Amino acid sequence: MIGIVDYQAGNLTSVARALEFLRQPCLITNDPQILDDASHIIFPGVGAAGAAMANLRKSGLDLHLRKWVQRGKPVLGICLGTQVIFDYSEEDDTTCLGIVPGLVRRFPADLQIDGRRVKIPHMGWNRVVFQQDHPVFAGLPEAAEFYFVHAFYPAPAEEGWAAGWTDYGIRFCSAVARGNLVAVQFHPEKSGRPGLAILANFCRWGGIHAQ
Amino acid sequence: MLSKRIIPCLDVRAGKLTKGVKFQGNIDIGDPVEAARAYYEQGADEIVFYDITASAEGRSIMIEVVRRVAETIFIPFSVGGGIRTVEDMRQVIMAGAEKISVNTEAVLNPVVIAEGARAFGSQCIVLGMDVKKCSKSSETPSGYEMVIHGGRTATGRDALAWAREAERLGAGEICLNSIDADGTQNGYEIDLTNLISSHVGIPVIASGGAGRPEHLLDVLTRGEADAALVASMVHYRTHTIAEIKAFLHGHGVKTRIYW
Repeated sequence: MIGIVDYQAGNLTSVARALEFLRQPCLITNDPQILDDASHIIFPGVGAAGAAMANLRKSGLDLHLRKWVQRGKPVLGICLGTQVIFDYSEEDDTTCLGIVPGLVRRFPADLQIDGRRVKIPHMGWNRVVFQQDHPVFAGLPEAAEFYFVHAFYPAPAEEGWAAGWTDYGIRFCSAVARGNLVAVQFHPEKSGRPGLAILANFCRWGGIHAQ
Repeated sequence: MLSKRIIPCLDVRAGKLTKGVKFQGNIDIGDPVEAARAYYEQGADEIVFYDITASAEGRSIMIEVVRRVAETIFIPFSVGGGIRTVEDMRQVIMAGAEKISVNTEAVLNPVVIAEGARAFGSQCIVLGMDVKKCSKSSETPSGYEMVIHGGRTATGRDALAWAREAERLGAGEICLNSIDADGTQNGYEIDLTNLISSHVGIPVIASGGAGRPEHLLDVLTRGEADAALVASMVHYRTHTIAEIKAFLHGHGVKTRIYW
């Protein structure tokens, strides 16, 4: 069973619907005991970092997330879920989970592409250049695009964490991977076939110990 | 770099499409869920549903449509029409839509934009604008005014001023419909689109007037739109989404070509 972490960060049903389409049993829950028994954890989220971290701390899920990553359960972060696993987010000046060393930064207001002001949020379809040969990102065509909607972007302290990069006025890290943790800034559940492929790959992936 | 989005618009009344969508072999699809599936499979980047049902009963039928669409397609979609309160928004979002759009409701009660953005985030809130050309005046310095009630009521309110106000209130995107161009299939209103798009910091979807792929090329380049809404030209199978994308791609406009 795939556990989807509910920490009151937006509507999580889209992820569940995509997994149901893939015939993967899943459950949206905030109960750490149920999540402990899950084979895989998906940590999604839409909204603001400050409120998300407050909810995670209040529920104690912050400690559990660290534990799951350390103990070898495959964990997939999506969008805000990806951002709060870093040390710190510029959004609401928020201290985050510190699972991945680095920051989450706001897109600069004066970004330009070809002399035109770039709109924020970064909303729509964009490419990801995957750099790690990772089972979760296997089999994706180079032309595949993914659906993004965000105003802040992950900036890992070490490039070694980065699994994928995207260009939007600046080049930013749109996917991270190390050990049992995979995290993406885009929404695989809303990215058509290539997004569903990532979710299916993740559900099949046994994590680092099984490799 | 972001791809320009091509977005089919489906009008729904009491759970059925108001105009059929012709599918392969010119079979008419009246079911919005099946039409959404067809466009998803043909490469639509997003889908807009507009619910023109007024009654409360119609609304619950629409929620059911949204739920079925969300189980069927895995791209973003928005729902507009008659959304007046945060509670209306919540129902549609919980049923599976990424975005809701407000139009007349927001002109009459702008605070609904701020309330929606606070509750769900700006990325969920699309401002639908129906705009008509007018003479420039102190009230309407841009030469475009807002019209409401599906284009029937002129408000005398300046379109550019309203777009900026809505952005400030927390709208995450604008769907800009030209009443003058709507239904003509003679092309989008380029000047209006350029005016609004270059004066706001949020994405603008151009709407009204699409008849040929050249029209999309024009509005996505000269008009500086971030996305283009299409209706009749794809519903009647005069053109397909794939063909429009291939045309744009051939003219140097980046679109999503793998799906």
